[in-house]
Amino acid sequence: MAKDEIREFRLVGTRPDRPDGLDKVTGRARYGADISAPGMLWGAVVRSPHAHARIVRIDSSKAEALAGVKAVVTRADFPTGLTGEDWNLQENTMAGEKALYDGHAVAAVAATSALRAQEAARLIEVEYEVLPHVIDVDDAIRPDAPVIREGAADATVPEGMPPNVVRYIDFGRGDIEAGFAEADLVMERSYKTEATHQGYIEPHACLGQLGEDGKGEMWVCTQGQWFIRRMCTAVLGLETSQLRVTPSEIGGGFGGKTTIFMEPLSLALSRKAGGRPVKIVMSRSEVLRATGPTASASMDVKIGMKKDGTLTAARAEFRMQGGAFPGAPVDMALYCAFAPYKLPAVQHIGYDVLANRPKCAAYRAPGSPMGAFAVESLLDEMCRELDLDPLEMRLKNAVNTGDTSSYGPKFGTIGLIETLEATRAHPNLSAPLGPNQGRGIATGYWFNHNGETSVSMALSEDGTVQVSIGTPDIGGSRASIALMTAETLGIPYEDVRVNVVETGALGVNEPTHGSRATFACGKAAVEAARQAIGEMCRRAASEWGIDPEAVEWMNGAAQPAGPNAGEFPPMTIAEIAGKMGSTGGPISGHHESVPDGVGASFGCHVVDVEVDPETGRTTILRYLVVQDAGRAIHPSYVEGQYQGGAVQGIGWALNEAYIYGEDGRLQNSVFLDYRVPVASDLPMIDTEIVEVPNPGHPFGVRGVGETGITPPLPAIANAIHQATGARLRQLPMSPPRVLAAIGEARQG
Amino acid sequence: MPECCGARMVKVNLWSSLTRFTDGERAVEIEAGTVAEILDGLTAAYPGLGPILDSGVSVVIDGEIATGRHTPVTPESEVFLMQRLKGG
Amino acid sequence: MSKMHVTTTVNGDEAEFLADPRETLLDCLRDHLGLTGSKEGCGTGDCGACSVTLDGELVCSCLVLGVEAAGKRVETIEGMANGNELHPLQRKFIEHAALQCGFCTPGFLVAAKALLERNPDPTETEVRYWLAGNLCRCTGYDKIVRAVLDAAADMRKEAA
Repeated sequence: MAKDEIREFRLVGTRPDRPDGLDKVTGRARYGADISAPGMLWGAVVRSPHAHARIVRIDSSKAEALAGVKAVVTRADFPTGLTGEDWNLQENTMAGEKALYDGHAVAAVAATSALRAQEAARLIEVEYEVLPHVIDVDDAIRPDAPVIREGAADATVPEGMPPNVVRYIDFGRGDIEAGFAEADLVMERSYKTEATHQGYIEPHACLGQLGEDGKGEMWVCTQGQWFIRRMCTAVLGLETSQLRVTPSEIGGGFGGKTTIFMEPLSLALSRKAGGRPVKIVMSRSEVLRATGPTASASMDVKIGMKKDGTLTAARAEFRMQGGAFPGAPVDMALYCAFAPYKLPAVQHIGYDVLANRPKCAAYRAPGSPMGAFAVESLLDEMCRELDLDPLEMRLKNAVNTGDTSSYGPKFGTIGLIETLEATRAHPNLSAPLGPNQGRGIATGYWFNHNGETSVSMALSEDGTVQVSIGTPDIGGSRASIALMTAETLGIPYEDVRVNVVETGALGVNEPTHGSRATFACGKAAVEAARQAIGEMCRRAASEWGIDPEAVEWMNGAAQPAGPNAGEFPPMTIAEIAGKMGSTGGPISGHHESVPDGVGASFGCHVVDVEVDPETGRTTILRYLVVQDAGRAIHPSYVEGQYQGGAVQGIGWALNEAYIYGEDGRLQNSVFLDYRVPVASDLPMIDTEIVEVPNPGHPFGVRGVGETGITPPLPAIANAIHQATGARLRQLPMSPPRVLAAIGEARQG
Repeated sequence: MPECCGARMVKVNLWSSLTRFTDGERAVEIEAGTVAEILDGLTAAYPGLGPILDSGVSVVIDGEIATGRHTPVTPESEVFLMQRLKGG
Repeated sequence: MSKMHVTTTVNGDEAEFLADPRETLLDCLRDHLGLTGSKEGCGTGDCGACSVTLDGELVCSCLVLGVEAAGKRVETIEGMANGNELHPLQRKFIEHAALQCGFCTPGFLVAAKALLERNPDPTETEVRYWLAGNLCRCTGYDKIVRAVLDAAADMRKEAA
């Protein structure tokens, strides 16, 4: 589809009520903790209070003697011999020889009530030998740092690296020294970002049941029921197909619910308790201490720029810790760091480092926000030095369709330039600024993702349609899938019911992650609908006694294709469906693939702040998100993704951080202390949807969920600099830090 | 050079730290018509790459991550190996 | 610990349950009365997902003991619609796409209803401060605030 080709849609681009809206405003929607089962037990988890400790002895005799206690499990109840990521998952589910972070599970118990289970957990005695620990990434990468795990480094790590470096990556192209020599200004700066949590409001919850025969069932809040199934069965040594996983409605995920935490514990407890179902609901403190936050980062960036703003060369060296396991998204941070810019020479170096913290999980555009904080902050600093407009500098260097990306491959159809131009035209850019106020601009990038996808649809007897998808609906994807299906079939939106189904009902689906649901499931749903249309045309052709090729599908009905096909009135989907039992049986369509044609999404944010020079507190006055959606299927939910991503980024920039004591314990494990943005912190979040259609999707969808969290970190730092003259290179930009930076800037 | 080695030689761009397994070569020529043949060919020619390829990489062909081992490549294809990409 | 017999009124109906004295009102609503519309996001009164009214006063039901509900009137999200007729706030939340995951939605609706009962014509700032005790991680609050303001306008029109 050419960029300038305008297609009129009947439904795509409209804003109907979401199909699950009524359930969600009446309290009827059932989330992870909302289900109970006959004979159900409650589980509780014993967690390490130490950042790093050898587990000497676990004595559960007192707990087991308590009335109502039905099972206790420790690592001894899990199979041995796992390797690679399966071992990592098992070790994170339940500590083996060592507890690796404050909050690491060491035992679990099931009892007849939640209170009884908690009592029993307190009676389990664990003897620890406390070991030296390391929390900060720059400390963890030192050659003399406490060693978290011997032999954890993979084959990418060259000999002679510090012991906690477990993955290493470097890539680039061109002659960067020549590039720096050619520049009029070369600047090099260091930046740090703290770990933050996805902060979904729904704590992890599951209800698991497993019999001695190895057959089990689970109800769980997750972004991906097949991931839960595969990981749980791998960790417990079960056959994958014997576990049936049903996803509940999900109370937010943002990447944090793409993996397992306590889910295998409920199954292990159930098996030990004679197959009685076991429900485990995490507390908020458990969520913050033991489920995946994002990585923390320490970054050095060097950039060369000519007087006119042309970039000549760039270099980034990022160090990230993702907890006591490999997996910090340092590679993706590097891939995204310079992605918006044409660069003749660029070099990237990355270290994935272990530290005594919880195993990081994916968080919205994993890695991209950290890299953007460093690169977009430095670019702003250089623009100020050379007296260049930061938006014009970005336009001058912006990548376009077909350009070579900073990370190597050429870009497909992208809309960065259109996004920057839409930003330039927005009225927020000419809003007047007062004293102590500043404006910051930054761009952001995310690849987007396809992933294994399986979708099926079936006609009901009255001509309405059911669509089965495997990606839990986090932000309105039932609505977008229904819109695309109805558009394709030519029927009303209300005639399509989209069901998020359990693992037994479809082939493998990756989770709702990587901004893939509307792209990949939407594409598959369109293919499934087209398959059903083909069958409906064949049925009509048989009825009419004409060749199936002579039938076309229009406006929800089979019609003779042209005058030569014969004179027949249109046969509607309802007529075809009503007779399908006697014309060949059920009519359905299905599609399984890893869909190709993923379209990347660029965004540009503009923020106006006011900084109180007495307290250092930053107030967001105005906020604008401009982003390329490809095509917005349901614009309200696209705006919602932009706004939600921006506000998570605002929290990361200003408030949110994991705070550890000298003892390696997390000090802010409740929402009062881990402060996410609240309504009174914010203005309205203005949005502008740019639509440069993705030619790889039947309606042009790119995927919109992730990019939005990336620009706020640097945009706010840039705005604070304009407001105060102080340049903050460490997150969060909390009032004390801003105040200190203002003081330093004044002393010059 | 592709001409010297037959019509199906594909240039594969690696990330730099892999060059210690490829005698310092940043881009290597592999005889391949599919992604699978690239991966298998790389392992055969440079066994040190095996564990890294086995642990999961993304093969990017003409700007798009290949969706499977059977995705075709031609000598004209732009091919990059990247660490496996995932999302939140 | 022995359980206590509690008699209370929930959404206009008499309700009875046996509560462990350590159990919160939220636990009792969810686990003893099957009213799972009120959610636990934190258990410490920071997120507002468990918002209910107790004798007309907006509270976090995770900070109230179940036994404290004895003899009081409890209103939860399950009682907000009048049969099949949604409260204007519920309607406006759907219309404005003011929910993504929907987990915080019951708490926001209960809290917003309490606001509009006290102040039928709140400013944007008043809405933002009243709802500052309810956390939403998906929406950035923009569409929630718009939905509340729009519902307030509709309710004023209906009342006029």
